[in-house]
Amino acid sequence: MSDAIKAATLEYTTRLGDDSVVLGHRISEWVSYGPFLEEDIAYGNVALDYIGRARMFYTYAAELANDGRTEDDFAYMRSDREYRNLLLMEMPKGDFAYSQVRQLFADVYYTVMLPELLQSKDETLAAIAAKAIKETKYHLRRSREWVMRLGDGTEESHKRTQKAVDALWGYTHELFDMDETEQLLADAGIGVDVSKLHSAWHKQVSEILTDATLNVPDDGWAVRGGRTGYHTEHLGHMLTEMQIVHRSYPGCQW
Amino acid sequence: MNEISLMPEEQYRRLQQRNAAEVKGLWDLLDQVMDPEVPVLSIWDLGILRDVERDGDRIVVTITPTYSGCPAMNTITEDITEALNAAGYDQIEVKTSLSPAWSSEWMSPEGRSKLRNYGIAPPEDADLDEDGLTPDAHAQCPHCGSRNTRRVSEFGSTACKALFQCNDCNEPFDYFKKI
Repeated sequence: MSDAIKAATLEYTTRLGDDSVVLGHRISEWVSYGPFLEEDIAYGNVALDYIGRARMFYTYAAELANDGRTEDDFAYMRSDREYRNLLLMEMPKGDFAYSQVRQLFADVYYTVMLPELLQSKDETLAAIAAKAIKETKYHLRRSREWVMRLGDGTEESHKRTQKAVDALWGYTHELFDMDETEQLLADAGIGVDVSKLHSAWHKQVSEILTDATLNVPDDGWAVRGGRTGYHTEHLGHMLTEMQIVHRSYPGCQW
Repeated sequence: MNEISLMPEEQYRRLQQRNAAEVKGLWDLLDQVMDPEVPVLSIWDLGILRDVERDGDRIVVTITPTYSGCPAMNTITEDITEALNAAGYDQIEVKTSLSPAWSSEWMSPEGRSKLRNYGIAPPEDADLDEDGLTPDAHAQCPHCGSRNTRRVSEFGSTACKALFQCNDCNEPFDYFKKI
């Protein structure tokens, strides 16, 4: 592995870990606030899947970095500007419709992206993808059912779900951006060329939204910045809460 | 009439690996390590014990998680180390392997019946739906055997299970998902 490829793989793996840990943490904020017990448990399980994914990516990142850092250092000892997650993942949980719409966008994204990552020449990334694909099938079925139920539900639930779709739509363009790092890896057969997946994502999401009697928004605006460390103000607040114990008691084990 | 049960290919391969290994005694020893969430299943039964090797004085055990975020993996690692320490081995390494990804096919036949007796429906006690996922009804009730059951939640008490309820005996039960 050349130095350039190795450095890019470290950056890429960290980005994928950041996406997972941030979304996993946001979902976990619903634990004990779910609309009913079974749903509370279900969403908690989805959060665990994402946090487990983050651990796999960070463990691999630590191995690539080979500078004494561990998975915990990646999760707990980096500030918001060092995080490289997609902005969509960091948005506050909002109401239940908002979280389910975000979840649908993310689940469809992983549904189209993971099969490509499975083809990676990097064996570890391919292995993580193989594990995650199986879980994502269940996640998507759940978020799709919720969006259908809320969109095609009462007047109030329809209104809130449409509002969430409109509010989040502008954050989805970033999911399909490529930069030099990702292009280098895509050309090397290690990373995924996400720019080629936008139409497949759009088609699947549009079908589900339409079935749920919701409007598919026009592409009027787009926000970007997560991959370069320019985040919304929300990430800093989230990390403060997520990292406080680790930073207050560094190296503590129990 | 004698009945010959068919053994899945993967199960046969695992058995061969175990029986042929020069460290067969260590595989046997690890039968005492149970899954902390389903304490009737050993890590062998569950299929998460992938390999046991001896490298000089060092024992290297390879396990694979059922689900990415399975919180039981840390406990299992500690339990493996403890079991081997108690048998006089003090240099233990427990490695986690991600590939190939764990599949419910790897569960041993004994594991499946132990699971049922414990009150959890094993993966093959439900037919998958058209998407290859847990169906919304008809997993066999481990308590009364009825197929007249319905899914209450896609995710049960742990990531690997879904929650069902029997319409005949009314008992709720966990179903171990097929993945």
